[in-house]
Amino acid sequence: MWAYLIRRLWQMVPTLIGVVLLVFLLFKFFGADPAVIVGGLNATQEQVAAIRTQLGLDRPWWVQLLIYLREIVTFEWGRSWATNEAVSNLFATRLPATLTVMVPILILDTLVALPIAMWVAYRRGSLSDRTIMVITTVALSISFLVYIIIGQYVFGFQLGWFPVQGWSDSTLTNLLTFVPLPVLLAVVVGISPQTRLYRSFFLDELGHDYVRTARAKGMTEGAVLFKHVLRNALIPIITNIGLALPGIFVGSFLIEVFFSIPGLGREVLLAVNRSDYPVIQATTVYLAMLTMLINLATDLLYKVVDPRVVLK
Amino acid sequence: MSAVLPIAGATPARSEGVWRIAWRRFRGDRVGMVSLFIVAAFLVLIALSATHVVARHWQQEVGVPNAPPTFLGPRPPEDLGTIEVPKGPNVDLSDVDPLAPRYREWAERAARMKTTEAPRMATLPFGGDRLGRDVLSKAVKGTEVSVFVGVLAAAVATTIGTLLGAAAGFLGGRINDFLEWVYNVFTAAPDILLIFAFAAVFGRGIGTVVLILGLTGWASVYRQVRAEFIKHRNREYVRAAEAIGASAGSRMFRHILPNVSHVILVRLSLLVVGFIKYEVILSYLGLGVPVDQVSWGTMLAEAQAELILGYWWQLAAATAFMALFVTAFSLMADAWRDALDPRLRGAD
Repeated sequence: MWAYLIRRLWQMVPTLIGVVLLVFLLFKFFGADPAVIVGGLNATQEQVAAIRTQLGLDRPWWVQLLIYLREIVTFEWGRSWATNEAVSNLFATRLPATLTVMVPILILDTLVALPIAMWVAYRRGSLSDRTIMVITTVALSISFLVYIIIGQYVFGFQLGWFPVQGWSDSTLTNLLTFVPLPVLLAVVVGISPQTRLYRSFFLDELGHDYVRTARAKGMTEGAVLFKHVLRNALIPIITNIGLALPGIFVGSFLIEVFFSIPGLGREVLLAVNRSDYPVIQATTVYLAMLTMLINLATDLLYKVVDPRVVLK
Repeated sequence: MSAVLPIAGATPARSEGVWRIAWRRFRGDRVGMVSLFIVAAFLVLIALSATHVVARHWQQEVGVPNAPPTFLGPRPPEDLGTIEVPKGPNVDLSDVDPLAPRYREWAERAARMKTTEAPRMATLPFGGDRLGRDVLSKAVKGTEVSVFVGVLAAAVATTIGTLLGAAAGFLGGRINDFLEWVYNVFTAAPDILLIFAFAAVFGRGIGTVVLILGLTGWASVYRQVRAEFIKHRNREYVRAAEAIGASAGSRMFRHILPNVSHVILVRLSLLVVGFIKYEVILSYLGLGVPVDQVSWGTMLAEAQAELILGYWWQLAAATAFMALFVTAFSLMADAWRDALDPRLRGAD
């Protein structure tokens, strides 16, 4: 177990170096000159040169890479170019808002999609199965934007059930007042792909011999579905949730933009529009790290769910 | 080439090719055929739009601002609450007005200029936007741009993925290790973050969107092509080609590639759908198509403000075009996959 863990962590190192290199080279050789961006439109030659010295841009590129690596290891990302806010502070203050919205979305999505998927997989080929498949296909082809635009207009503006947008300092107020509408819309959007995916997982399992054996033994359909099929289908389901998990940290930036939620996704988008390199770089590198750790956690979870799995 | 006729009881002299079998199976799929026709119709529309046969004047302001669709009828004149123009003769100011001596000269010069006031329609077939541009033409032009970006970006991603996947799968060894590392790096961070990082660096524009999506989206193609090449690498026909002296490049691209091309095609069609959706979102956020162009994304961005004022037609047009095309394209891709998937071959 421990040997496995250490080996997996060790294997992450080259990938992580790769991500750091990719981000560094991308911004270093393809991005605009940071000194010009920081200086703004009215900066004189001398000011640009001074900024260049200050940021260490006049050093050779490998020295810059070393500085960059030191920043990552020490978690000292310096400050945003646009607002002069420390990047670490930015993470600390924006992440709670993102999680407040995204965690309910992930939980509700899974809780709603799983029963529907199980039901349509069980009644495969029936009218309800085909109807739901057609609905999900059409629902998937409409852009997320349309759902938000119309949802915000109808529920927020016309009916007035929810505030159109807003945020407060209290998590409880947020959860009760401002979060329901974005969560509702995101779940409506997310449910189609999730249902289709989970349906295929259940279909895979329903075709196996053990299902027939269980039925032959005289087990009730409920027991077959919930004790046997669900348990076996959990592995791909956990994989899927594990894949979706890193996404909740940047959040659905679209939701954050539309509903003015001061989260990390909106911050990254702002950073892209302002060419605020430190913020984008930090987010990318840390999220890559987080993704790899979550993948590892997912693999460990397999063992819990299915004792047959051997970690090697 | 002789046509293969199904003869009862006799084995055909030449076995059917992958594509012929796939086409036969595809033709039996009613949903697939209908969606193929819809996609084909869209492609014709896009070709007409690209050659300026239709929707050439999408930028002209042909209607009144926010002209309603024809079937709704013109909007009733509103009371704008403006101050009434005073009636009665103007007070003669010519003795104090310093410009008075030049009025006659200006009037003469103005008479020499010709201006035409284009008549503005009160209604348009499917309404007008904020400036009075025809929403239908915009939707057609937007279809052209959005589909073009989606298809081209998918082509770029598929090319990169195929080349790298073929190299990793066929050559193996160090090259495989290196490419696997690159793959891990590109899939380490969530997609959208990578797209944002590339967008921050490369700026805006149609070509840039194609480049960004192509450079960040090749991983799925790479994965599958690599697996296919590993499977095929040691098959007999490839060994035979090697025995007669075919070079590695020839074996990779002349022998194996045609045999895995159906897998690539299915991947490509899945990428098109995904990239069209991404393009719409990027354009909405202002990271995609520039302002002098129109795409489904920019239309949705304008529609958001219009909806609050009750002008729903631009939203409806963009959504309808996109939903129809994407639904048809995904159903067609599904039918292709069913028809081409080798795992299903022999099942019917």
